[in-house]
Amino acid sequence: MASVSKTFGEVHSLREVNFEIGQNEIVGLLGDNGAGKSTLVKIITGYHQPDPGGTVYWKGQPITDLDVVKARKLGVQAVYQERALADQQSLWRNIFMGRERTTFLGLLDVNRMQHETRQLMTQLMGFTSTAVTPDTSVKHMSGGERQGVAITRALHFEAELLILDEPTMGLSLSETAKVLDFVGDIKKAGKACLFIDHNIFHVHPVADRIVVLDRGRVAGQFLKGELGLEELVLELRHVAETGSLRSGAPSA
Amino acid sequence: MSTLTAQAPTVRRESGWFSAYVRSHALQIGIVGVALLIWLAFVIGAPKAFLSPQIYTAYMSTTPFFALVALPLTLVVIAGEIDLSFGSIMTFGMLAFSLVYNATHSGPLAVVACLAAGTAAGLINGAVVVRFGIPSLVATLGTQFFWRGLVNVVTGGNGTALTPFNGSVLHEGLVGRVLTDFLPAQMVWTVVVGVVMWVLLNRHRFGAHVYLVGDNVESARLMGVNVGRTKIIVFGLVGLASAFAGLVVSLQLLYYWPTLGDGYLLNTLASVFLGGTSVFGGSGTIFGTFVGAFIIGAINAGIVAVGLAGFWTQLIYGLIIVLSVAMQTYISRKLA
Repeated sequence: MASVSKTFGEVHSLREVNFEIGQNEIVGLLGDNGAGKSTLVKIITGYHQPDPGGTVYWKGQPITDLDVVKARKLGVQAVYQERALADQQSLWRNIFMGRERTTFLGLLDVNRMQHETRQLMTQLMGFTSTAVTPDTSVKHMSGGERQGVAITRALHFEAELLILDEPTMGLSLSETAKVLDFVGDIKKAGKACLFIDHNIFHVHPVADRIVVLDRGRVAGQFLKGELGLEELVLELRHVAETGSLRSGAPSA
Repeated sequence: MSTLTAQAPTVRRESGWFSAYVRSHALQIGIVGVALLIWLAFVIGAPKAFLSPQIYTAYMSTTPFFALVALPLTLVVIAGEIDLSFGSIMTFGMLAFSLVYNATHSGPLAVVACLAAGTAAGLINGAVVVRFGIPSLVATLGTQFFWRGLVNVVTGGNGTALTPFNGSVLHEGLVGRVLTDFLPAQMVWTVVVGVVMWVLLNRHRFGAHVYLVGDNVESARLMGVNVGRTKIIVFGLVGLASAFAGLVVSLQLLYYWPTLGDGYLLNTLASVFLGGTSVFGGSGTIFGTFVGAFIIGAINAGIVAVGLAGFWTQLIYGLIIVLSVAMQTYISRKLA
């Protein structure tokens, strides 16, 4: 995307952000609370439209009028910080939320969706308890299971670019390890991923490139090889204090 | 590919299909239990009336007046909204009916005008709620006065006799008797509307979106559900059903009173909430509303049959509604 800004009333969430994700690249996005990470995500997924002057590109082509449905057709799938689940609804209704499988005249193909959900439960989510069925409502599930549902949903619909917004938030150590393994799998499968997390110890090991966002601007970016974990910690502290990297001007 | 979650840390009840069925249908079982209890109480209190078929015929002819609206209203409540204007839409639809009928003397045209006016009024409710972001409680409180006011201005408070329709196909088809003297046509229509609403809600993409919008509107938006369109359509459905119910009531009476629809507000809302639909949206069933409407209808008929009249009616009525909701909540919590 090129010179993307987003203003909510008086609040400038993003200012002239230039940012790209290569094919088969895992980009870690770091930044403090309020740096604009979630806004950036919601522009890529078509939920927010950028202010006039900003453009989003997909495979080199500018995309106009990007909305959620269009972004999904292109292959952008997201796991949102807030999980975007509907608690009272069943597992299968959550998996197929907004893109229900239908037969004709919009009638739901309930059997097919339940069947696919059952397969996903054993293959991807690793549910072994017989107490959880495709009809179980999501509110009865643990934090890790709910996150599993959100990630499985994003993967099931053939993602080209997978966006993970704070995927490890609220997870136990073993659950977090699984999510991180999983990000590695995305790379092996030849897909791209934007990985957002507060925790640099989660981002650094799996990302190819790290972008630091600060108060709505890209403060800087570097390849993982250029910088060790400890140096990264120092850089981030410097960004938080001054808004730029220690090494000088931000490279776009 | 690795699996995403660790072993489920919580211990769940492992169970067979029967208890699973009971748990997932706890609300419906609760409401049926309440209906049976109330029916038994009336049979014991007034065996003569409640063991004869006449009372059931009477009851199947009047309950549809509000059940027809309560069924689609369930979708509005599941979507997290409310509609208070349907009573006024009933009379607004019939205003269109009588104007078109007086101008053209065509029954079919008048019916089309009636249903179109009701649908339009419902869609306007939806548009006001969605486009201006006004809470539906306030918006439909306003449109309720607006449509009734419009009817009063146009009619000057004067009604229209519908006696030319006596014995017509329209009259027989909507409020006549089906097959036997026992079954009123409006009861059949109520079942038809119930089945259509059930399919729409449970077996159609639109119904899936209604649940999602009411459950978590932000999630629905993030997942690409067209929230505004879904809400506008549910209001349109209530408008359509209100006009149809107004037509049924007027044909039954063979007279169109501009005050039509007054007095249905509480019965209709009570049917939906008694049926277990959550005020907070995201859950509810057509089956529950259907049974709920007939419980409300039975209370109306039963209080009179048992011999309670006048000042006692409302007191008992209120008591039964509060007790039913309490019982139903208790039963479904026990089962869930």
